[in-house]
Amino acid sequence: MTETKRVGEASSLTGQDRPTRERRFDWIRFAEAYALLAGIIVLGALFGFLRPESFLSWANVTTILGSQAVLVVLTLALIIPLTAGDYDLSVASVLTLSGMLLAVLNAQHGWPLWAAIAVALASGVITGIVNAAFILFFRIPSLIVTLGTSSFINGVVLWVSGSMTVSGVSEGLVDWVVVRRLFGIPLEFYYAIALCFALWYFFEYTTPGRRLLFVGRGREVARLSGIKVDRARLYSLIVSGFFSACAGILYAGTIGAADPLSGLTFLLPAFAAAFLGATSISPGRFNPWGSLVAVYFLVTGITGLTILGIQTFVQNLFYGGGLVLAVALSQLVRNREAQDFS
Amino acid sequence: MEAEINLERRRASDTPPALAVRHFSKRFGGALALNDVALDIMPGEVHGLLGQNGSGKSTLIKILAGFHAPEPGAELIMHGKQAPIPIPVGAALPLGLAFVHQHLALVPSLSVLENLRIGHFAAETRWRINWRAERARARETFARFGLAIDPDARVRDLPQVERALLAIVRAFEDIGARHDRGNPGVLILDEPTPFLPRAGVDQLFALVRGIVREGTSVIFVSHDVDEVLEITDRATVLRDGGVAGTLETRRSTPDDFVELIIGRRVSLFQSERRDLSRAPIHVRIRDVSGAVADRVSIDLRSGEIVGLTGLIGSGSDEIVHLVFGARKARSGTIELGGTTLSAASISPPVALSLGMALLPSDRLGAAGVAPLSIVDNITLPVLRDFMGALGLEWSRIVGHARHLCDSYEVRPNRPELRLGLLSGGNQQKVLLAKWLQTKPKLLVLDEPTQGVDVGARQALFAALDQASRQGATVLCASTDYEQLAQICDRVLIFARGRIVRALTGDEISKDNIAEQCLRSPSLTGIVEAEMSEP
Repeated sequence: MTETKRVGEASSLTGQDRPTRERRFDWIRFAEAYALLAGIIVLGALFGFLRPESFLSWANVTTILGSQAVLVVLTLALIIPLTAGDYDLSVASVLTLSGMLLAVLNAQHGWPLWAAIAVALASGVITGIVNAAFILFFRIPSLIVTLGTSSFINGVVLWVSGSMTVSGVSEGLVDWVVVRRLFGIPLEFYYAIALCFALWYFFEYTTPGRRLLFVGRGREVARLSGIKVDRARLYSLIVSGFFSACAGILYAGTIGAADPLSGLTFLLPAFAAAFLGATSISPGRFNPWGSLVAVYFLVTGITGLTILGIQTFVQNLFYGGGLVLAVALSQLVRNREAQDFS
Repeated sequence: MEAEINLERRRASDTPPALAVRHFSKRFGGALALNDVALDIMPGEVHGLLGQNGSGKSTLIKILAGFHAPEPGAELIMHGKQAPIPIPVGAALPLGLAFVHQHLALVPSLSVLENLRIGHFAAETRWRINWRAERARARETFARFGLAIDPDARVRDLPQVERALLAIVRAFEDIGARHDRGNPGVLILDEPTPFLPRAGVDQLFALVRGIVREGTSVIFVSHDVDEVLEITDRATVLRDGGVAGTLETRRSTPDDFVELIIGRRVSLFQSERRDLSRAPIHVRIRDVSGAVADRVSIDLRSGEIVGLTGLIGSGSDEIVHLVFGARKARSGTIELGGTTLSAASISPPVALSLGMALLPSDRLGAAGVAPLSIVDNITLPVLRDFMGALGLEWSRIVGHARHLCDSYEVRPNRPELRLGLLSGGNQQKVLLAKWLQTKPKLLVLDEPTQGVDVGARQALFAALDQASRQGATVLCASTDYEQLAQICDRVLIFARGRIVRALTGDEISKDNIAEQCLRSPSLTGIVEAEMSEP
């Protein structure tokens, strides 16, 4: 016991050198957290300098902000299962399915908008349940299960739509998604921001959010701490399906129609944004604000290069390169919280 | 009898030892883990290697495997020829040294044949593998040792015994290639038996006898004195890094071995034991069975610290997981605070709601998450208490974590750091604090001080002692006898899944626990650690 006391006295010593060490540490962390945001500003300044008339126009800025709301929502849907340690490759397929169901029911079968939306959202929830059933009951890796279900859903979409674009989605939806504006920015941008806020609150300020983090990072630790791990993973996949379906509704509202293929191209950008976002704001964690910043970082780059006259293949370069570089960066530079999905 | 020994002597003088070790020393930091060890293994001999945890056994084996470099001056002579020291990586096998470790190093999803030849496939590039010839060869080898293992069976489908036999045959085959060059080699079996049933041990011994008939020597590392007496010709006992003695098995008794292993030492000062015989019985564990544990019954008094120990594979560590529901029990009941539950129905959430907590031994795999912060780790069980009107109140949470780390003397006390950055001892303080703050009625621990430095150890003991004084009952599985002697009010010793000894009061000392563990395999009487209400 005397030894214990002696060690206790030494703590005042460590207390003295604490402030300086903490300050330096905070500075690094600050730089790390906001590097991507600074990147947007640098890119904006660069393209603004090269093409001031087109890039810096308010019209262009609002287009960038509005047009990417769908991607933001989809990325947010994705980071929920990623936080719980599961891949969900079916998010873009659910987006397409939801948009197509909405268009077919609303435009072709004349269902009221609310009923079509309800069915579209239900399709996302059902996909989540199916994914979870295979992942949790048969203990199959989520990567394989969702790879399979995504292809299955794509088939369903082609079948439902007859492989055709379905247009004529209710004006009311289009109105509330892109036509109406606040400060010149389409409303869908604000929906995405609201979802960001909600998810941020959930992750940081609720106990289920914190439990989800432990489920993703230490399954055995979570289990022995009394967390119902399987239930948490089930819910995360259901919520992911639900928000992917929401993204599908926004997408249908944005283009006023649904086509069976274009939604699928969101998958890679969503992954790129999720992983790039995990190096920003709260580095080392999938986080909503980081995802938001990552989406607009990638889009700023792409838009700028397109305005400079470079062709559309630049999208693939940017998203694909962004995904791999983001993961490599987070492993290499920080080595702080490795992305582990074993 | 006499003639046989003379013959052996003559053979010993004529032929050089298969393996001769001279001046093996190894220093880790300031501590001498191995101190000038000499060892002779004769050709065709089964040589036992015994010693307590920390006696230097595993260091010696790791030097032979080329894993550690010994201090300068060491010599290794194989069949009269000087071998390079330290042994270069991968050179042990060419020298004629093959190892079978407890985990066997088999690939469960591959076939017996593939596992058997894996060493050859790894070492040489061949563009045409003649499977038919390989299979015939494997059959012939198995037949030679009287084994009925199907070369095409998947290793996963084999019983535990046959897996062990396969691993030994493979090691023998791997050195067999040098056999014709006048080097029959040495096979080192590192604790192969703890998880085998008695009949399996007999089979394994039959195989060992078959192998030494071929001229190969076997070093048999074990905790089990009875097994060493049965299978070995001679045995060397290590104690505190040095050779305590080499005994000719035929002329030795179990007591000779136990005495050599423990040594005669001045017994350490022992703190006075508390008298808890008047404390109420708090937990009743009844007839709990698991994979190894077999109808174990224990009564625990309020505020009592009970240690569970035994040789490896005895089931002492399994009980703590069964009680908490971390592993499913096959049968039995557990009564805690007036609630009786079937042990099979207990899951971690149920156990927690009853007021239990478990600190598992796998510190960063099961107890805490290394890449998450100390705050996140330490406050996980109590987060609900910090819900305000606007969600979790982080300033209060961080303050609470800092306060906890302060009282458990976590260094450095910076709760925002990742748990993985702390030393093992400080990690353990954090993880113990994580559960002690919930004021558990029953705290179960598995190897709580593994890899924990001496200073942190005292802090952990003090914390446990304080918790028990406040009425928490502590059940602690450990193979660290010194630690058990320091903190326990009662120590229960397991063998083959059952309690065979209960030590209380003055019987609890490091040496006595060690001695009882060493004797435990031959103890048959089952001790019911139950009590009647005072």
